Amino acid sequence: MSDAPLTPYAKSLGIFVHGDEDGTPVLGFEFGSDVEGRPQHLHGGATSGLLETAGYALLRKELQNLGREHRLKPINITAQFLSAGKQKTTYAKARIIKLGRRNANVSVEAWQDDRERPIATAIMNILMAEPDV
Amino acid sequence: MATELPPFDPAKTAQFMMRHGHSAKLGLNFRDNGPDWVELELPWRDDLVGEVEREILASGPIISMLDMASGLSIWTKHRAFVPIATLDLRVDYQRPARERSSVFGRVECYRLTRSAAFVRGIAHDGDPDDTVATMAATFMSISQDPRNV
Repeated sequence: MSDAPLTPYAKSLGIFVHGDEDGTPVLGFEFGSDVEGRPQHLHGGATSGLLETAGYALLRKELQNLGREHRLKPINITAQFLSAGKQKTTYAKARIIKLGRRNANVSVEAWQDDRERPIATAIMNILMAEPDV
Repeated sequence: MATELPPFDPAKTAQFMMRHGHSAKLGLNFRDNGPDWVELELPWRDDLVGEVEREILASGPIISMLDMASGLSIWTKHRAFVPIATLDLRVDYQRPARERSSVFGRVECYRLTRSAAFVRGIAHDGDPDDTVATMAATFMSISQDPRNV
C-alpha cells in the first residue's frame, strides 16, 4: 500500500499488508526466528509490534481520507495476550473507536487460524499533533 | 540425595536468551539486576526506527524489551526459572527517546503469588528520573504439562 508506508521497524519484523477490508488494512507477518519468543511460540513483544503497526496504519489512512495532517505520537497501549501464538501466519486489523480533534482511541485484534478467536488484542490512545512540530 | 539447583542467574540467562529469536533480532543487552529487578538495553539501530524521517526507536521494540525484562525480573525474584505467559501489558509513553539513543528498560517484580506475577517498570534513555515510558504487566505461571506443548 503506497499511501501507508510501513516503518523501518515494521519492515524489519517482516510485517506486510495482507489486504484491505472495507477500507481497513489487514496486516500480517509470518512466523520465524525474528518474532519467536520461547521456542516455537510468538514473542509477545513482536505481537504487540504487529498490533501497534495495524493501529497506526488504519489511523493514518483514515486521517488521509479526511484530508487531515498530523504527526502521530503514542500516548499508551494496553495489550492482552489471550493465547500463545503458534508457528503460523499472524494477522491484525484495527478499528477506530473514537476519532477526536487531538486524540484517537483505536482497538486492534490479532489472530492466526480463526479471527473469531484472537490471540491478542490491544487498545491504543494516540495523540494527533500538529505536523512538523 | 537431593541436588540443589544454583539460584537463577539473570545475566547468564539473559545472555543465552538474547542469542535467539526476537530478542536477538532486536539486539538486546543485559545491563544490571537486583534481587527483584532487571535492566536491559535496546541499542539504537536504523532498522528499528518508528518514523522514516526521524531517527528515534519505535515503540514496538521498547515493548519487547520491557516484556523480556519482566520475565527476567520474575525469575530473579523467584530465584528459579518457571514457565510464564504475559496476560496483559500496559505502556504509557511520556516522550520520544532521543535521536540515535539507546533505550534502557528496568522492570521490577513487586509481587509474586502461586499463579501470578505483577511487575512495573520504566524505559529511559540515560536518566532513570526522566522516563521515556512507564509500564505495568501481569503474568501467569503456566503448568508444565508436556501433553499441552
